[in-house]
Amino acid sequence: MDGSPPLLDVRGLTVEFATRRGTVRAVDEIDLTVAKGETLGIVGESGSGKSVTSYAVMRILDRAGHIAAGSVVFSGIPLHNAAESEMRDLRGREISMVFQNPRAALNPIRKIGEQIEDVLIRHNQATSRDAHGKAVAMLAQVRISRPEERYRAFPFELSGGMCQRVVIALALACRPQLLIADEPTTGLDVTTQKAVMELMTELTRQRNMSAILITHDLGLAATYCDTVMVMEKGKVVEAAPAATIFTAPKHPYTQRLVRATPRPGIGLRDLVTNPRPLPEMAPVVPGRLLQVSALVKRYGETNAIDGIDLHIDRGESVGLVGESGCGKSTTSMAIMRLLDPTEGRIVFDGETISDIPARDFARHPMRRRIQMVFQDPTDSLNPRFTAARSIADPILRMGDSKNLRAQCEALARQVGLPIDLLDRFPHQMSGGQKARVGIARAIALRPDLVILDEPTAALDVSVQAVVLNLLEDLKRTLGISYLFVSHDLHVVRLMCDRVVVMRAGRIVEQGTAQQVLEAPTEDYTRELIAAIPHPPQEQA
Amino acid sequence: MTDTLRHARHLIGENPVTGVAFALFVLLLLAAVFGPLLVPYDPLATDSSASLVAPSAKHLFGTDQLGRDIFSRVVAATRLDMTIALSSVIVVFAAGGLSGIAAGYFGGWTDKIVGRLADTIMAFPLFVLAMGIVAALGNTVTNIVIATAVVNFPLYARLARAEANVRRDAGFVMAARLAGNTDTRILLFHILPNILPIVVVQMSLTMGYAILNAAGLSFIGLGVRPPTPEWGIMVAEGAAGIISGEWWTALFPGLTLMLAVFCFNLLGDGLRDIVDPQRRT
Amino acid sequence: MSAFRPIARRMATALPSVAGVIVVTFLLTRVLPGDTAAYFAGPAATPSAIAEIRAKLGLDQPLPVQFLHYIADLVHGNFGSSLTTGQPVLADMLARLPASAELIFIALFLAVTIAVPLGILAALHERSWIDHLCRVVATAGVSLPVFFTGLLLVYVFYYVLGWSPSPIGRIDVFATTPPTITGFFLFDTLIAGDGAAFRSTAAQLILPALTLAIFALAPIARMTRGAMLSVLGSDFVRTARAAGLSPYTVVMAYAFRNAVLPVITTLGMVFSFLLGASVLVEKVYAWPGIGSYAVEALIVSDYAPVQGFVLVMAVLYLLLNLGIDIVYGLIDPRIRLEG
Repeated sequence: MDGSPPLLDVRGLTVEFATRRGTVRAVDEIDLTVAKGETLGIVGESGSGKSVTSYAVMRILDRAGHIAAGSVVFSGIPLHNAAESEMRDLRGREISMVFQNPRAALNPIRKIGEQIEDVLIRHNQATSRDAHGKAVAMLAQVRISRPEERYRAFPFELSGGMCQRVVIALALACRPQLLIADEPTTGLDVTTQKAVMELMTELTRQRNMSAILITHDLGLAATYCDTVMVMEKGKVVEAAPAATIFTAPKHPYTQRLVRATPRPGIGLRDLVTNPRPLPEMAPVVPGRLLQVSALVKRYGETNAIDGIDLHIDRGESVGLVGESGCGKSTTSMAIMRLLDPTEGRIVFDGETISDIPARDFARHPMRRRIQMVFQDPTDSLNPRFTAARSIADPILRMGDSKNLRAQCEALARQVGLPIDLLDRFPHQMSGGQKARVGIARAIALRPDLVILDEPTAALDVSVQAVVLNLLEDLKRTLGISYLFVSHDLHVVRLMCDRVVVMRAGRIVEQGTAQQVLEAPTEDYTRELIAAIPHPPQEQA
Repeated sequence: MTDTLRHARHLIGENPVTGVAFALFVLLLLAAVFGPLLVPYDPLATDSSASLVAPSAKHLFGTDQLGRDIFSRVVAATRLDMTIALSSVIVVFAAGGLSGIAAGYFGGWTDKIVGRLADTIMAFPLFVLAMGIVAALGNTVTNIVIATAVVNFPLYARLARAEANVRRDAGFVMAARLAGNTDTRILLFHILPNILPIVVVQMSLTMGYAILNAAGLSFIGLGVRPPTPEWGIMVAEGAAGIISGEWWTALFPGLTLMLAVFCFNLLGDGLRDIVDPQRRT
Repeated sequence: MSAFRPIARRMATALPSVAGVIVVTFLLTRVLPGDTAAYFAGPAATPSAIAEIRAKLGLDQPLPVQFLHYIADLVHGNFGSSLTTGQPVLADMLARLPASAELIFIALFLAVTIAVPLGILAALHERSWIDHLCRVVATAGVSLPVFFTGLLLVYVFYYVLGWSPSPIGRIDVFATTPPTITGFFLFDTLIAGDGAAFRSTAAQLILPALTLAIFALAPIARMTRGAMLSVLGSDFVRTARAAGLSPYTVVMAYAFRNAVLPVITTLGMVFSFLLGASVLVEKVYAWPGIGSYAVEALIVSDYAPVQGFVLVMAVLYLLLNLGIDIVYGLIDPRIRLEG
């Protein structure tokens, strides 16, 4: 920025953890600087050390971790070896932090207003008399409506977005010079995400604060930060102004990250390095595969699904998008026949499968023709089954179990899972490997329709790129139809022919992917699209 | 096979305390099986001339009021107490564990009935209920086992129910349904193997509790009848000696009792650390 | 006023348990092997006495009718009569209840005063000597048979060291029993201003209370430690630390207040153990409470007191649990506001 010394100056920082298997170096001799008024983004995938860096700066590392080498200097004060009492004075007062998972970040049995007061009084920014008023003022600043009334609320009474605003209020109450935000919007809906990011940006700019935004989303960092720093396996691989990091990444890892980030104007194959050509589409008899009519699912007083009609043709890939609570998961469960609808019909390949109760469907011959890939690869694999046993389960129950091992190996090859991993347990595999096992299991019996429920949401972006391409290849080779449930509109654009937008149990808009995502007719769809972070576009 | 042995040795190396507890457990089993055959004196043989002899070379643990050798009786009692412990645990696992997972998985009426049953039992202080059951049914070993099983039923039912409930909505259970598994298959082959380690930990702890329970009942006259050697009743018989200074009559049976229960508790804690390291106690 | 609705609702959920208790105690009186009437008439009864009991208890009537009579008896406070004392069982129980209550509550007080700070310190200083002490106490505490601990304490402190008076009841035979106000001798002697009686009461009380307290220490310490560890690792404690709040605020106002909730829930289980263990402790120390009443009745095959004892213990336990639930509901706003 200008010639004055940086607000935060980190040199050669190394952080080590003592684990059962020896010492692990989570952060390896990194340098970073944050100038006054600058917003720095630290981007990395899981295991990059980005969060650990911020914990080291704040000196709130886990017991097992310690700063092994290097220096952290804040406004001239060395933090890396400061006394704990000195750190306590700085935390909340000069440097504040905002974390992921906002509701869990607040004391569940204490009124939110009182939690803000605690911070104000602790750092002598208020006396017990004016703390109440100042806390209410803070709540107003973070755009919480009726702050006087909400002062008395408990976290469980507030939504996720509101809880995050309260956490921001806590962090900014004492007007710190530096705000560190660690994945502050992960898990929030995309519209809420936009509101929270804009609030944070506005407040930090207003006060000429510095900020560090830690995220796995390169697009988010490029949109809201001045400078972006990329970390891989504990090291900094590149640091550049946000404008150029996306358009002209220099380091191969950054290039891979940029390439793997789904964004407008590119195709699936553009996400990966050295792509093979897309396979030929398998010949498919055209016709309607799935027809859902007037579907309703009632829980107590409310309709989770409030009368929807949708269809999927053979060989088609349909995207189902919406924010949390819109009913997309319930819809996919109903189509899967894991759930019975209250009203309406589901016709699959001419047969009204909604007539068969969910608990009897396991034994129905149609069961093998509709399968699912789940969102959380860890949760969807039995911890006591090897990969081979998990993949073999549908074959054992509904297929031909002759040459079982050979079948499993063929499937493993098809999804790019190394054969020697077949005898491993889930806890011995990475996220990407577990995802492949789930996919192999889903296609084991060559289903006609596969429902994919946020299949890559829990994966790193580079792994996601590979898995999305794998899914597309399988679709083409095996002639499967997909129902792709997701909140990520960029991913949906890459994977789907048609898109259905849901909100509050109803379909708001549907059409081809191009129509819905580039020329939406409904305001809600426009709102959704506008909420996605828009990083600087590549130069033409 | 060598793979599991190597894994077992690695586990014991990391958890030496569990290894010691396991060795102790094996020792107790051996004493239960072979003890009565190897003891120096007949546990039931009285000798009024050798009444209340302090521990000596001839009588390692001394003798009791009726001149019986305490060491022989303590070792012989191992069989009875271990039998009571093992039987109680097997019965309660079968009854409580299975009804619990069914309640947790199916919900509805199964859940309501199992819940009601568990709540009714838990409305009583557990030892008091055991007293009531044995007092009503009579002082036999079978009734002690029944009372212990009944009193532990809610714990197992709730544990199994909670674990099954959590897993009912897990991805891998849904995937099992998609693979064509019926509910019974899912319960037995998908969910139960995941719950087993946690239940086994509890079973080890319950064995300790069962021995304490039987001993407590015997102490107040509701357990086994004399002259059967059982640790609890031996402490009761020796209790009068404490006040007049014949400490050995109650001490040795009591210490052995304590050692056995301690062994099961350590084993249970150690197993819990192995099975679920996040729940280290 | 709205605080009463959740309390009333909680009391309503206790009704099925009360019903269950009544049914179970009824069944326990009717499954005695052999002739039920002979059991209640006692071992020395003549055939005519047995027949009289049979008619009085209505044992020749169909079971549902017997059950209705049973409930009617309970409602009127008729729990039968003891063969040994000749008194109605309920009267005997009520007379002896204060002795048991004093013992149990003093023991609980001692246990909580030691176990809760121990658990908190153990959680704060993981892997230190105090953590190891806590873990040893927890494991040893659940392994020690409570009657054995009692006997050991008597041996050491009475026989060997001579510090403790002889374990024969609540107060020395030569001291004056205070006039009954609370029924708790500790308070009554203080109210009566009788210093010697107070000292004697305390001296008699200390060993049995200590025995029971040692027994209760283990689960409370273990639960406190576990709950504190869990809460100290939670996200909101991290937020509090990151905001620079003082260690005292973080540990006590934020962490402990949340950790105390599962500890209170554990108290229910602890009471179950305590009520059961008190029977054994009363036998060791010849403490004149309801536990020893039942045990003495058992020895002479006097069954009515035993049945009455089981019922009274269950009711006591129910009330204690209700109290715990109410306290929990007052502390946890999530229950308070959604209830």
